[in-house]
Amino acid sequence: MKNFGFKISKPRAIDLDSADTSLYKKLVKVVPSLERCIMCGGCTATCSVNNHTEFNLRKCHLLFRRGQLDGLTQELDKCMLCGKCTLVCPRGVNTRAVVMNMRILLGCATYERRVSHAVGK
Amino acid sequence: MEQKVLIIGAGVAGAEAAAQLAENGIRVCLLEKSAETGGNVKNWVKLFPDFTSAQDVRNGIFDKLKHPNIEVRTGVTVHKLAEENGQWIAEDQQGNRYEASAVLLASGFEPFDANRKEELGYGIYDNIITSIEFEKATKAGQLLTTQGNAPKRIAFLNCVGSRDEKVGNNYCSRVCCINAVKQAIEYKELVPDGEAYVFYMDLRMSGQCYEELYRRSQQDFSVNFIRGRISEASGTIDKRVQIKAEDTLTGLPLKITVDMLVLMVGMEPSEGTRLLARQNGIAGEYGFAQAAGTFLADNQTGKQGLFLAGTCKRPLTIPETLADARSASLQIMEYLK
Repeated sequence: MKNFGFKISKPRAIDLDSADTSLYKKLVKVVPSLERCIMCGGCTATCSVNNHTEFNLRKCHLLFRRGQLDGLTQELDKCMLCGKCTLVCPRGVNTRAVVMNMRILLGCATYERRVSHAVGK
Repeated sequence: MEQKVLIIGAGVAGAEAAAQLAENGIRVCLLEKSAETGGNVKNWVKLFPDFTSAQDVRNGIFDKLKHPNIEVRTGVTVHKLAEENGQWIAEDQQGNRYEASAVLLASGFEPFDANRKEELGYGIYDNIITSIEFEKATKAGQLLTTQGNAPKRIAFLNCVGSRDEKVGNNYCSRVCCINAVKQAIEYKELVPDGEAYVFYMDLRMSGQCYEELYRRSQQDFSVNFIRGRISEASGTIDKRVQIKAEDTLTGLPLKITVDMLVLMVGMEPSEGTRLLARQNGIAGEYGFAQAAGTFLADNQTGKQGLFLAGTCKRPLTIPETLADARSASLQIMEYLK
């Protein structure tokens, strides 16, 4: 058949019927304080990395929560674990542990050894 | 024995309850720690959501204190409140004792101390003020920076001292959202060609006509709303204020320099509220006084003859406080029967 160059594009919608949110459920078991997030963006506004790259913890968390995991491994790689976000969070979310545990759950196993100290509530 | 009620605090709640009780033939002794009655509302010029003159409201409430059944004592700080043999005794700093059959605690709130949020630069840099200082500044009908100019660009930040675990206050102060909208409109009336920005986390326009005022601030006054919490504010060399936040709706970091930053400070229990609630075992979370029941006993406490009204319990608006004070006075009259 002749190829006219048309294709069916993938829908952009977040489909919560098929999204896999099981990793998020595992994440909040380890870091329950994350459930309190009000999306104020304080973490991202104060982030040392966010000024120079597109790394956005608030957005990473939300994508993870919605089961949109594509590309997240690379995004989370940008975090330096400086912990400034934990200092400003008005809801007391252990943001540093959030990053570490998202990395672990996404299978960035190489991190697991380095970061065992950052795992917590 | 003569029925007498002691009211601690001559702000909106205390004064309204005193007037209601006095009208119903009950003698009231009203104790106020400041040199004059009026509570926190004395700092205000116009009130949300309809710009009613605060002076008119003050007159309406506090003129009623000129009643033969009401004895007002100012400059009296109650530091001990306890029940002795069915009578309530309040003691002030000089050791004076005031006795009554019932007590109404109306010791109210105090504004959050913005110095505690060091990252917002209050008390460190110029032109960073609180919402109360905004009111005081506009009393004379103008708003000026420390350099003496009208601010061409102003920002308001909500939730300062509220919804913030870092300062120990998880609760919402309820009035700051609408007050920010009101003050942004007032700014635009003073500086029509200026730019106003309101930084918010959630806009809680729950009262009557609040949503309409928010809409008007957009439609008629072009107030800009940015959804994000300011993480840092710092002074620039020319005494302006540089703000960092995340614009959460675009997902991008945002930087803006303004001529003035207004911190919408929340409500905390006043010192008297904290002390007297603790003494009587009714201190709730955050130090506010705790009523016996959320629904059916909101003015009563676990102690016979000790009643609560107004913002000593939680953040309330002025109309809510007035209604609560009337409700408390009704409960007290029932109790004294």
